[in-house]
Amino acid sequence: MERDPEISIRLFSDPHLLSTIRSTVEGLAKAVGFAEKSRGLLMLAIDEALANVIRHGYDGRTDEMIWVHLWRVREPRGIRIIIEDLGRSVAPEKIKGRDLSDVKPGGLGVHIIKETMNESCWEQRPEGGMRLTLVKWLSPEELQNVTPTKPENTFP
Amino acid sequence: MNQELVIEQKIIGDMIVLRPAGDIDMARSSAIRKAVTEAVRTRPAKLAIDLTAVGYMDSSGIATMIEALQSSMRNKMKFFLVGVGPKVRVAFEITKLIGMFTICDTVEDAAK
Repeated sequence: MERDPEISIRLFSDPHLLSTIRSTVEGLAKAVGFAEKSRGLLMLAIDEALANVIRHGYDGRTDEMIWVHLWRVREPRGIRIIIEDLGRSVAPEKIKGRDLSDVKPGGLGVHIIKETMNESCWEQRPEGGMRLTLVKWLSPEELQNVTPTKPENTFP
Repeated sequence: MNQELVIEQKIIGDMIVLRPAGDIDMARSSAIRKAVTEAVRTRPAKLAIDLTAVGYMDSSGIATMIEALQSSMRNKMKFFLVGVGPKVRVAFEITKLIGMFTICDTVEDAAK
């Protein structure tokens, strides 16, 4: 049975709330042991995922619901994030990053998510909307810097 | 929650410098886009965006920088990014767009 998320946040689809989520993710990522650059990439990935929900799932409406669930993962050590919404449902195979050689504004979010995360999986929820599962593990260098005997470094 | 983006503008010789302070994300990139449009309208020889006081930039910010670059090129203006710190650089690097821009350490370097 899957354990409950360590942090769950329900937020409105308001872009002004994204900075709050970024701060939360950065704090948890720091506790797990991610270095500054990895934390920056993680913040970018979750920000892009939420922006896509607002922009494409909810057509920019700011009063719809988004749920963000966060877990620290022990083996391999990292972070797991699930983002759920009740917006427009899209076939996962249609979610693709664009060709970066075509230099133009926009359409970079999916590329950023896939490049940053070790796992990224979009699913259509049976009750409507989408579920995005994101996983990122510590790099071998980051793992070396984690001291397992410290209480803050042990978790379920 | 973050404040709105504050954008200072100054003129150094034939260059307009826009200096946003805060995070550039989906909620705030329209402010810098508007400032760029207004600056380009005056047709300076050079346009610089000083990112020294920007702590975070998402893909909407990157898109705005691409628009500013393209708009400058259309108007035969030189375009510079200044003070790109590590937290902002990461967004340019992962989108493989860092090489598109002329990046200077300081506004004075861009003005030379």
